[in-house]
Amino acid sequence: MNAAGRDPGEVLRQHLIDPEICIRCNTCEETCPLDAITHDARNYVVDPEICKACGACITPCPTGAIDNWRQVLRVNVYTTAEQLTWDTLPAPIEVAAAADDDDLPPEVARITAQASEGQGGHVPPPWSAAHPFVNLYPLSRPAVATVSGNFRLTGDDASSDIRHIVLDFGATTFPVLEGQTIGIVPPGTDAQGRPHHIRLYSVASPRDGERPRYNNVALTVKRVTEDHSGMPVRGVASNFLCDLKRGATVNVVGPFGSSFLMPNHPGASLLMICTGTGAAPMRAMTEHRRRQIAQREGGKLMLFFGARVPEELPYHGPLMKLPRDFIDINLAFSRVPGQAKQYVQDRIRARGDDVVRLLASDQCHVYVCGLKSMEEGVAQAFRDVCRRHGNDWDAMLPRLREQGRFHLETY
Amino acid sequence: MEAINYSEKIPNNVNLAGDRTLQRALEPWQPNNLKWWSEMGPDSAQAFDVYLRTAVSVDPSGWAHFDHVKMPDYRWGVFLTPAAEERRIHFGEHLGEPAWQDVPGEHRANLRRIIVTQGDTEPASVEQQRHLGLTCPSQYDLRNLFQVNVEEGRHLWAMVYLLHRYFGRDGREEAEALLERRSGDADHPRILGAFNEKTPDWLAFFMFTYFTDRDGKYQLCALAESSFDPLARTTRFMLTEEAHHMFVGESGVSRIIARTCEVMNELKTDDPARLRAAGVIDLPTIQRYLNFHFSVTIDLFGADQSSNAATFYAAGLKGRFEEGKRNDDHRLHDATYKVLEVRDGQLGERDVPMLNALNEVLRDDYIRDSIGGVSRWNKVIEKAGIPFRLTVPHKAFNRRIGTLANMRVTPDGRVVDDAEWQAHEREWLPSAEDRAFVASLMGRVTARGKFANWIAPPAVGVNKQPVDFEYVRFN
Repeated sequence: MNAAGRDPGEVLRQHLIDPEICIRCNTCEETCPLDAITHDARNYVVDPEICKACGACITPCPTGAIDNWRQVLRVNVYTTAEQLTWDTLPAPIEVAAAADDDDLPPEVARITAQASEGQGGHVPPPWSAAHPFVNLYPLSRPAVATVSGNFRLTGDDASSDIRHIVLDFGATTFPVLEGQTIGIVPPGTDAQGRPHHIRLYSVASPRDGERPRYNNVALTVKRVTEDHSGMPVRGVASNFLCDLKRGATVNVVGPFGSSFLMPNHPGASLLMICTGTGAAPMRAMTEHRRRQIAQREGGKLMLFFGARVPEELPYHGPLMKLPRDFIDINLAFSRVPGQAKQYVQDRIRARGDDVVRLLASDQCHVYVCGLKSMEEGVAQAFRDVCRRHGNDWDAMLPRLREQGRFHLETY
Repeated sequence: MEAINYSEKIPNNVNLAGDRTLQRALEPWQPNNLKWWSEMGPDSAQAFDVYLRTAVSVDPSGWAHFDHVKMPDYRWGVFLTPAAEERRIHFGEHLGEPAWQDVPGEHRANLRRIIVTQGDTEPASVEQQRHLGLTCPSQYDLRNLFQVNVEEGRHLWAMVYLLHRYFGRDGREEAEALLERRSGDADHPRILGAFNEKTPDWLAFFMFTYFTDRDGKYQLCALAESSFDPLARTTRFMLTEEAHHMFVGESGVSRIIARTCEVMNELKTDDPARLRAAGVIDLPTIQRYLNFHFSVTIDLFGADQSSNAATFYAAGLKGRFEEGKRNDDHRLHDATYKVLEVRDGQLGERDVPMLNALNEVLRDDYIRDSIGGVSRWNKVIEKAGIPFRLTVPHKAFNRRIGTLANMRVTPDGRVVDDAEWQAHEREWLPSAEDRAFVASLMGRVTARGKFANWIAPPAVGVNKQPVDFEYVRFN
């Protein structure tokens, strides 16, 4: 956590050591790669200015004292001087914005922090978002789901295998909102005998289930066969999920996420920008809105969706069947033979007038999800279209963030 | 002989699979080690599935892998903390020279002796504790005992690796001898006195892991400074495991105290007889156990003045605790240190050359650290509102080694005559009746989530598992 020059109202997840359980063995101080842990004759403490919550100290701690986290406002952060005087940990303080994230598994907190880095700071959920349940099933006590469907979404001749996987929770309570993620830990161990890392997947189905009023969720999973730079690599979790047969069971942790959530008030608009499997939360939100059509609550949906070719665009068929007056769809393909490469930012520029009109409205909520590499292009496109209309995107962004109207998750 | 799949069976970061010499040395040793484990390891427990932590690599995510395993199948690995680039010797006469990657001829005998002495304590403690599983106060504690045992087994492995890899034939013979000595055996005793004492009950076990394993920590810390880089890196990694052992001790005693205080408040009494009748261990008995284990353990640091200690330091074989964090010349030619002596029937202090007093330096560092945990135990008593405080006895109390050996000194540091000592010994050290009483409490509790009456449950489980987790499957 780096406190320098940040918003004092920002909610931090502060790493603390329980002085009642700690035996002062020095293992954490020895392990910390950043030298964020220090001690005096009384206590071992974590410096909130240095700690990045990397989790390297967690497993070596023999006592469990190290694994304590408190939600605090940046302005109220516990200093090391203060921590050195403690005999017990302070009681958790209710922090309105994100109290539910307390005790998130460090790995989940790390992945989430990395995914939302491009937002440029903490973003609360939209004011009308439904209250999310978070971390109901921790790593030590996962929920068990049964696979009730596993379908290939991409064309037979497409080079990528993207799948729509439906998990049924039976009688297990697993409430999840559009935009939230769930965690999968593939069974078994890696080559070194270590348990596999957790992977997070955004749910692709709306809150009332992939099949309405059934206790199920859908995921959009791409079988990973190469890394971001094109080198062959076999994704452990994605291959595990893509190979699951109907009836198989899988351990699920979560749900996670209390920020990337959709607004629920009449008239709220969604501006959605995604690539590849980044479509999952957009599908969930779109589907929720589709099921609400009859209520005629208004609010626009505008979607920018990129893939290499149409065959690799998940949900292409069902998406194209949606009424044009329900959703404004803009597709960008970067590898169609004989056509100029088109990225989502090119489509945003082409639709600049409408994008700016939507952005100018207080009802507009922006969601970006996809590969990290799209962040810069999308930001530049917003900057360009705003400038053309005499607006300043960089001045607009902090306000959107503050009001919970700009959400970004990239990987 | 069955071929060993090295990377599978013995997780390591020392290229075991590519080192034929090492393999040839380990192949006959490994079956003997397993044989020793089955004879002298935990009694009647080899078929249990125990929720154990196994180190499978040296990075933070790999060294703590949890799973239910049978102890004979535990993967005892060989790990060295990754090498620091161009590490240099930072104390003694070789200060500033590159650290040794091999054993210099002139230090061979001393290094071997240091490694053998350290290595001998590891199987010794397993032997001392082998019957404790039969009287465990809970599954959680049983699991912790076995974790300590398998890790002591791994520490033996770690020292044997050094002997095999760097000391040729002598090393192989010493490695065999480590499996042949037996704790408490009159003919083939373990090298150090404290490791021939019995660990008769769980209070003794917790005291042992708190005090005596902490001696291990300080010895390992001093060796982690060594100019012989493989020894420094091996012991550095062992320290991470040693921390768990001290946790078992500190939290174990703390939980016994918590339970006693609870019953004291329920019955509104501090009368040992009534508390004993209620099946908990009274605080004065805990104090006497503390006095015993503390005094026996500080003897392990050796004589207060020792020319061997000076040689080991000057030669760069063994440093001081946190040598790198000290601000002096790291050669200590002119430094002095205060040691205790008895003059005219009174305890006093005398300045001696620090080089000769390095055992005392390490002992004093150890004592400071020990006191810290005792004050945390006192916090438990204080929180319960009980006006009793545990204390660490005087450094001269009940010593058997060094200038103070066999002096009659009370826990508060008064020199007394034999008659006074005899009259009060029962107040200061556990009597046969104390030990018999504690032994009488040692039933066996094996139901999940249940704890013996004399100990409180822990605050948290192992590896975030609940306290009533199935830590041991008895099959």
